[in-house]
Amino acid sequence: MPLLEVSSVAKNFGAIQAVAGMNFSVEPGEVVGLMGDNGAGKSTMVKLIAGNFPPSEGEIKVAGEVCHFQRPVEARAKGIEVVYQDLALADNLTAAENVFLGREIRKGTWPFDTLDKQAMIDRSADLFAELKSETRPRDLVKKMSGGQRQAVAIARTRLSNAKLVLMDEPTAAISVRQVAEVLELIRRMRAQGVAVMLISHRMPDVFAVSDRIIVMRRGSKVADKHTSKTSPEEITGLITGAIRAA
Amino acid sequence: MQLDIKPAAVAETGHAAIGEVTGLKEQGLWARLIAAQAFWVTIALTLLYAYMAYQEPAFRSAANLSNMTRNFAPFAIMALGMTVVIITGGIDLSIGSVVGLVVIVAGLFLTWHYPWYIAFPMGLMAGLVCGAINGYLIAYVGMSSFVVTLGMLSIARSLAVVFSGNQMLYQFGPDAPIVKAIGQAKWPLHAPAGWAPDWMPELSSHFWAMVLMALLLGYALNYKPIGRHLYSIGGNEQAARLTGVPVDLIKFLAYVFSAFCTSVAALLLLGYQGSAINAMGQSYELRVIAGTIIGGTVLAGGYGTAFGAVVGSALLEVIRNALLMAGVDSNWQGAFVGSFIILAVLLGMQSGGKPLIKAWIDQILPKRQR
Repeated sequence: MPLLEVSSVAKNFGAIQAVAGMNFSVEPGEVVGLMGDNGAGKSTMVKLIAGNFPPSEGEIKVAGEVCHFQRPVEARAKGIEVVYQDLALADNLTAAENVFLGREIRKGTWPFDTLDKQAMIDRSADLFAELKSETRPRDLVKKMSGGQRQAVAIARTRLSNAKLVLMDEPTAAISVRQVAEVLELIRRMRAQGVAVMLISHRMPDVFAVSDRIIVMRRGSKVADKHTSKTSPEEITGLITGAIRAA
Repeated sequence: MQLDIKPAAVAETGHAAIGEVTGLKEQGLWARLIAAQAFWVTIALTLLYAYMAYQEPAFRSAANLSNMTRNFAPFAIMALGMTVVIITGGIDLSIGSVVGLVVIVAGLFLTWHYPWYIAFPMGLMAGLVCGAINGYLIAYVGMSSFVVTLGMLSIARSLAVVFSGNQMLYQFGPDAPIVKAIGQAKWPLHAPAGWAPDWMPELSSHFWAMVLMALLLGYALNYKPIGRHLYSIGGNEQAARLTGVPVDLIKFLAYVFSAFCTSVAALLLLGYQGSAINAMGQSYELRVIAGTIIGGTVLAGGYGTAFGAVVGSALLEVIRNALLMAGVDSNWQGAFVGSFIILAVLLGMQSGGKPLIKAWIDQILPKRQR
């Protein structure tokens, strides 16, 4: 059974048709690249799956169950985590505080429950070690490099043993060495059976890690191919519209 | 594909630890301390106090200490609320007017011969309603905190004038002595009434209320999830929202808490003065914001402590008192207080990830010469 099944999903904002007739599925432990030009509907698609808003038409199934989320928290409860393009990190907090933001470990009974800081620090340290990232739980995010920040955002998704992680442009704003680190993180997640949807403009990155590439143009899917059966040239043609469909 | 370099392999071969590469050390207690503006303000406060105590025996007298602690306590209490609001990235300009409204409402009930235990909650209620309106419009309607609380500043003051009929209220009926006792109570007392030796200042109820509230707020900010959430809202509101923090509710509560602190301060002032006028609290908001900022709360949000709010307010009072004692023309006060606000923020400024002071020291005394 596919982990995620999107069938004839459409989303319009007033008169603007952002996404129309989208059909695809994602299997557990699969890395799927979602590509397309600016305004092709990639971000809308991600937000539909992540629960920022429900689709206008069609349905989204998670593990066979129809789910129309109203809020991101509901999607998270179903094992869907998102690494946002801006990473959604609070600069004034530490790595551990960011990882656990919104789901802090508490000890004691209400109303005397307090934050279990040590437990959160230890668990974050474990997560960073698991991701083989040189990130320390007590460091302020403000002082971190792009790659470390990415690791914090990814560690957050590992907290609840997510089944599907959506990554919006994870390699857009970081250095070459850090890109390699992030791609390695994605491979490691796949090895642990986590499905990843990678939304990116950067062709080499998508080809480096994806099992399958979905191309969107003007709100619709124009291709859904195994990475081994396509080429950057073909994908470029599909993105720009030089090739109609494949 | 540019993936010949496998980072994992590099990690296994044991490359340099991150601290060696970036020079970033994990923040210890000391590093955190010297990075905190409240720490420098505490030092400034101590130095100023020591200097004045040395120069002016009257300054260090128990009576003067008791005076100073009572004077700044209501401002510190309001600064606690202001700190919470500013941590979320907002501002509350309405507190001065809310003081006026609270004392007039409580004063009216006392004038109508209601007991204090009806009058005080009524005053508190009036304050909380103002806070709830502020909070609702800012958190749920999404208006700017500056605009909403500026409006409330005008509304609450106007209501205070209307309710009081522009009269001073001072005939507080049968409970007048209790009201005074609440506002003027002191502990510990000197002999013969109490056990305290003469060198010990008699600390007012204002001071003790401040200590209690500061401890509670400090506890909540440090150890409760809601404290963590407050900081995250100030740091990145969108991120807090996406991670499931109840942002709207917490922002709403921040303004209600500010109004609560303001109301408590107002009722203590009412008790101390034994009378209520609708002009009470005028321009308090500026003094409270000044104390809050001096204590290290950052106007942009995300940083601030309960301790800072208290120390910042205390510093303002000590400067004021010291100038009076030193015989400086009281018209100069504003200039001194203003300079201290700017100086304190300058001290707390960060330069390249280091506190400004440390950056200066590093510049004047390069590492290898020390």
